[in-house]
Amino acid sequence: MSTVVLLTLTGLGLAALYFLIASGLSLVFGLAGVLNFAHGLFLSVGAYVTWWAEPHLGLPLAVVAGVVAAAATGALVELAMIRPLYTRHTEQVLVTVGLSLAGVALLQSIWGADARVFPSFAFTKNVTTIVGAQVPDDRFLLIGAAVLVLSGLLAFLRFTRYGLVIRAGVENRDMVKALGIDVRNAFTLVFAIGGALAGLAGILGGMYFTSISPGQGGSLLIFAFIVVVIGGLGSVTGSAVAAVVVGILQQFVNYYGASGAGDVSVVALLAIVLLLRPAGIAGKVATA
Amino acid sequence: MKKYLPLGLLLVAVVLPWSTLNLPGLFDGPLNAPGTLQLLAVCLVFGGLALGYDLLFGRAGLLSFGHALYIASGAYGVDILVSHYGWALWSAVGVTVLVAATLAALLGSVALKTSGIAFSMVTLAFAQVGYILVNRDPGGLTGGEEGLPLKTSGLPSGLVGVVNTVHLYWLALAFLVVTVLVVHAVDRAPLGRTLIGLRDDERRIAVVGLSPYRLKLLAFVVAGALAALGGAAYVLVVGGAAPHVASSEFTLALIVMTVLGGAGTRWGAVAGGILYAFLDQRLARLGGQLPGPFGQPLFVLGTLFILAVYFVPGGLAGLRGRFEPVRRALRRPAAEVSTS
Repeated sequence: MSTVVLLTLTGLGLAALYFLIASGLSLVFGLAGVLNFAHGLFLSVGAYVTWWAEPHLGLPLAVVAGVVAAAATGALVELAMIRPLYTRHTEQVLVTVGLSLAGVALLQSIWGADARVFPSFAFTKNVTTIVGAQVPDDRFLLIGAAVLVLSGLLAFLRFTRYGLVIRAGVENRDMVKALGIDVRNAFTLVFAIGGALAGLAGILGGMYFTSISPGQGGSLLIFAFIVVVIGGLGSVTGSAVAAVVVGILQQFVNYYGASGAGDVSVVALLAIVLLLRPAGIAGKVATA
Repeated sequence: MKKYLPLGLLLVAVVLPWSTLNLPGLFDGPLNAPGTLQLLAVCLVFGGLALGYDLLFGRAGLLSFGHALYIASGAYGVDILVSHYGWALWSAVGVTVLVAATLAALLGSVALKTSGIAFSMVTLAFAQVGYILVNRDPGGLTGGEEGLPLKTSGLPSGLVGVVNTVHLYWLALAFLVVTVLVVHAVDRAPLGRTLIGLRDDERRIAVVGLSPYRLKLLAFVVAGALAALGGAAYVLVVGGAAPHVASSEFTLALIVMTVLGGAGTRWGAVAGGILYAFLDQRLARLGGQLPGPFGQPLFVLGTLFILAVYFVPGGLAGLRGRFEPVRRALRRPAAEVSTS
């Protein structure tokens, strides 16, 4: 029983990371139609800025700095690189591919290819006992952050004007444009939100894995892609549900099955979902 | 005249190992030095790999992010059969290519249920399984992160040793020629035209009664088989398989090569692949001497790629068209002179 509790909470912690990455990716894709390969870079930017700022500012402020830097990177990428290629979707994707290659190499040239020890809050080193299971507290940090972000994001999408524009834009961009609303500002906003969420995921991931390296974003990004496809493109709740399923499945199969089987089972799940529901769990009707 | 240009280039490429020409700056030694020949062989393999990928991306419009899986299947398949099981090279290559083509048929039939960006993501996910498997070293077969060096005892003696680098060079050239023949044959066949039609507007193909799904699957399988063949050539030239060939970065590099050279054109991808491989290897060697991020080949190549997407949309192959007005302007006075 205690193993099941521990695996579930660890799986949920991982799901939190996947959700933070996937929701931004999914919104950007749903609205702008861009598969953002540079998303992993946003993650690394957030993590490295926090790592760099922590000795100067202390951890809480450094986390804020990391998230802001990642959000700014997202907005900047949209303004400088995505927008000039207005309707050319393939080129937009290609540019983010180039950016992901060059960006990781740039980080490597500044901070080296080796992993760096990442700071964490003191309380994450504690252990809480739940139904006999010794659960490290960093799991709760990850889950709590993801729940806060999920509710905040849903409230933003549901109750604000910009949220309305984004939801409508994901549904039917041309219609929103026809109503005389400039979707392009929404694009920038969504890239900034996606950047901030990815940056937060990078920071929390650094705390969870206790280290960061330039290539770390890339490996997390692939599972986030899987979550996005399973969840249904453009749907935040779809991403959340899919993230939980993927995170827990991965943990349990990795523990009870052969090494690496968890990762493989996640891809098998993707194949099954695609065969049954090509549009993902949330299908095409999804919005917020 | 133009028709014979590729044939002429091929002839030059074939006889090149007999040249002792020194090109300082480009190569460290004369052209016939083993080091130079190996570098050239890698470039030729990448030219072929990029063209094979362009069958999917440039022709059929399928932006696969998982092509590395089939290249890695070829590389590891041949390596494992030869090094672990002592198979003869040629039967290992034959079986591996067949297995990889079957794998492509299986995975392609699922991935092609989706289209556009979802297809890209799904192919990426499938390829990731290959990367994970290779890294986990199941049963000690793949050598994990260390990679699997190719046991030379199983190879024909003509492919072993520094003296025989020239044979590897010709082997790489042969792979490139095979890929060019296959892809250009597809281009000329009705299949090629329907693939272009699919890329531009899928409904149009469906309306004339053809199945877009089956045609795309066919292209996917052919590209998978070519990739496996390329993987086999790569493993011979480099002397072993490493997890890098299974990684998503490897596929991304193929995309960069294809776009850099000009996607969907006759020779663009080949030129892009050769140029990319050359720059990658040269920059890595020069790495220590270049300042800051320029010491990282991927920084230079990624930046070059981004600039190419904005400023040279057709890639290297598109450059010709861009200079067309200049050429015409230059030709006109000459023509006038000749008529007067």
